[in-house]
Amino acid sequence: MSRLQVVSGKGGTGKTTVAAALALALATEGKRTLLVEVEGRQGIAQLFETEALPYEERKIAVAPGGGEVHALAIDPELALLDYLQMFYKMGSAGRALKKLGAIDFATTIAPGLRDVLLTGKACEAVRRKDRSGRFVYDYVVMDAPPTGRITRFLNVNDEVAGLAKVGPIHNQAQAVMRVLKSPETAVHLVSLLEEMPVQETADGIAELRAARLPVGRVIVNMVRPGVLDAADLEFVRTVPRTDIARSLSAAGLGGARRGQNAEKLVNPLLAQAEEYAERYLLEHEQRSALGELGLPLHELPLLAEGMDLAGLYELANELRKQGIA
Amino acid sequence: MSPDPAHAPEGARHLSPARVLDLDPLLDDPQTRIIVCCGSGGVGKTTTAAALGLRAAERGRKVVVLTIDPARRLAQSMGIDSLDNTPRRVKGIDGEGELHAMMLDMKRTFDEIVEAHADPGRAAAILSNPFYQSLSAGFAGTQEYMAMEKLGQLRARHEWDLIVVDTPPSRSALDFLDAPKRLGSFLDGKLIRVLLAPAKVGGRAGMKFLNVGMSMMTGALGKLLGGQLLKDVQTFVAAMDSMFGGFRTRADATYKLLQAPGTAFLVVAAPERDALREAAYFVERLAAEDMPLAGLVLNRVHGSGAFRLSAERALAAAENLEEPRIVDQGGGKAGLRNSPDTYDSSESPASDPPAAPDEGSPTVTDDGSPADPDSERSVDQLTAGLLRLHAERMQLLAREQRTRDRFTALHPEVAVAEVAALPGDVHDLAGLRDIGDRLAANRPELPDGEVRVSDGGA
Repeated sequence: MSRLQVVSGKGGTGKTTVAAALALALATEGKRTLLVEVEGRQGIAQLFETEALPYEERKIAVAPGGGEVHALAIDPELALLDYLQMFYKMGSAGRALKKLGAIDFATTIAPGLRDVLLTGKACEAVRRKDRSGRFVYDYVVMDAPPTGRITRFLNVNDEVAGLAKVGPIHNQAQAVMRVLKSPETAVHLVSLLEEMPVQETADGIAELRAARLPVGRVIVNMVRPGVLDAADLEFVRTVPRTDIARSLSAAGLGGARRGQNAEKLVNPLLAQAEEYAERYLLEHEQRSALGELGLPLHELPLLAEGMDLAGLYELANELRKQGIA
Repeated sequence: MSPDPAHAPEGARHLSPARVLDLDPLLDDPQTRIIVCCGSGGVGKTTTAAALGLRAAERGRKVVVLTIDPARRLAQSMGIDSLDNTPRRVKGIDGEGELHAMMLDMKRTFDEIVEAHADPGRAAAILSNPFYQSLSAGFAGTQEYMAMEKLGQLRARHEWDLIVVDTPPSRSALDFLDAPKRLGSFLDGKLIRVLLAPAKVGGRAGMKFLNVGMSMMTGALGKLLGGQLLKDVQTFVAAMDSMFGGFRTRADATYKLLQAPGTAFLVVAAPERDALREAAYFVERLAAEDMPLAGLVLNRVHGSGAFRLSAERALAAAENLEEPRIVDQGGGKAGLRNSPDTYDSSESPASDPPAAPDEGSPTVTDDGSPADPDSERSVDQLTAGLLRLHAERMQLLAREQRTRDRFTALHPEVAVAEVAALPGDVHDLAGLRDIGDRLAANRPELPDGEVRVSDGGA
């Protein structure tokens, strides 16, 4: 199992939720995981129902069996000052650079430096060891940028290493790239059973592969329960409306005669079934499109009550059941 | 079949509805020159922008839609699947108006700025600079600058009377607002002077002290970045030096353009917690920046034609149908299966209105047309499925309503246009037109769900 698990996906697919559930699942049975947020949206804090995370690794959840999930929201500016201090002993120069606006430049405008810092910090956490030589974190899970930007984001160090041909940044970029392109890393993509996210997933995988980045799994999120099956949907097209009215009436929903309550339910219910049928067909197509990608495919259910902390544990449990963690 | 509007008990459950966002007057008003669609990723921003553009064009305006990263089939539906960074006229528009559409190519946009503002020799030097090549190829932030730059360009051409802009799927959704400012603060900053310092060494004697400090700085930067990169950056900055003034001016002008009365911001969201939280953040940010907010477009709202049947009741009825058939109910008892028509207390107690003949086939007859127990069972099973489906829909409705109410409570001043959910994606102009109709339909409350549900099958 790769120690750096990167989770990406199209916007709106719930990649932060999946990343958090994965961190929780991987922490089960006494493991320590670090959940890293790189987009500054404080999505992790909201999921775990805690206050906003500072730029500091802190424990945010315990997993069944004594495991721990720690979380870190990376602030690029602080990460840069961190680096300058830690690796280059440039603390005072760092402050001077900040005064000049160079830090701001580096983290917001300069090509890719921001992304270098974010990936660099995550890789540092992957490699970090304690005094006894054990890894501090068994796994690092990254809530990464969306699919459209993931390859560029992860590959930025290659590009930077090409730009800065010598010097500490060059070395740093190369070291990060060695981790990202090794089996130590797996990039997972979160999708939905809808056309656009599936298309984007396929495109994203092609890009990742072209950049020789290790693609992991496809996780289909928010899968709605199958209420009617193909036979039902076939039957619903032919069944007389009066039969349904009668059945509704038998269930205690009013009279079955025309204009009575049970009968009045028939049209709206059939309209909903028609919509369902259309979606059923679309989902079927998208599922087989995802199947053709040749990657392990997993599905997580839509939680009827919406996403909350209990739901997160439920999804983590589901991931373990499916052997992802 | 539509529920009696006089009885809308569900309506009472809602907070007093937010103001309704009436989009047609906004689209028709000649004063409206720019519409900016913003919102978090995956809420249908691009589709909304395209649908609004199409609708405005078909209502007679000359429109250009600037999309940032449209899904392939949406782009194809507008004929802009080739990236040439120029607006192309969309064919198949009804009426007098015109629709043009383009997809942003940020590298090309950046190159064009360089070519337009530097002499050919200098332009060539910039375009071949490795630092420039990385910068323009789309690192974080560039897309936002270029989207704003392109908007400024399109506006300056005075060719269109309405520009509809989609915004980039940024990590922070308002990066595009910050982009001009950030660029400005960078250009004003000392860093530029430090980077330019080596080129200016040997200036006046009075500058000498300053230059010592600066070369120390460049020393530190060189150590960090590596000498070659620093040199590339310096060459780039030096070459761009003459253009910075222009950059700055345009960035400021674009920012002012966004605040101008002819601009309308639409925040796009879906009735989901995260999307609406982002939307609330947008609303607050836009207010803080004095940007004119027209309202919220809420996509993918679900309705139900049977909204008076609660989820709980539907589930109970479904269980009822699935279980009790253990007791053998032979044929000929169908009449007994007819329950009293009292499930809805808001309805006048049913004194069985005479059953009007329905498409030639009468409903249940009291003599009880004998039904085959097997087929009856499968009809019951199917009906139970329909009820479960309905229960699921009602749960979804309740969840959507809760998230929506939370937004409305926080921002009651924001006008809302709701768009009913479609089962599939949009692939053609007809689909966009349909979305446009839904956008303008102007019926935000759910009790008209009947209409939506039956439309939903389109």
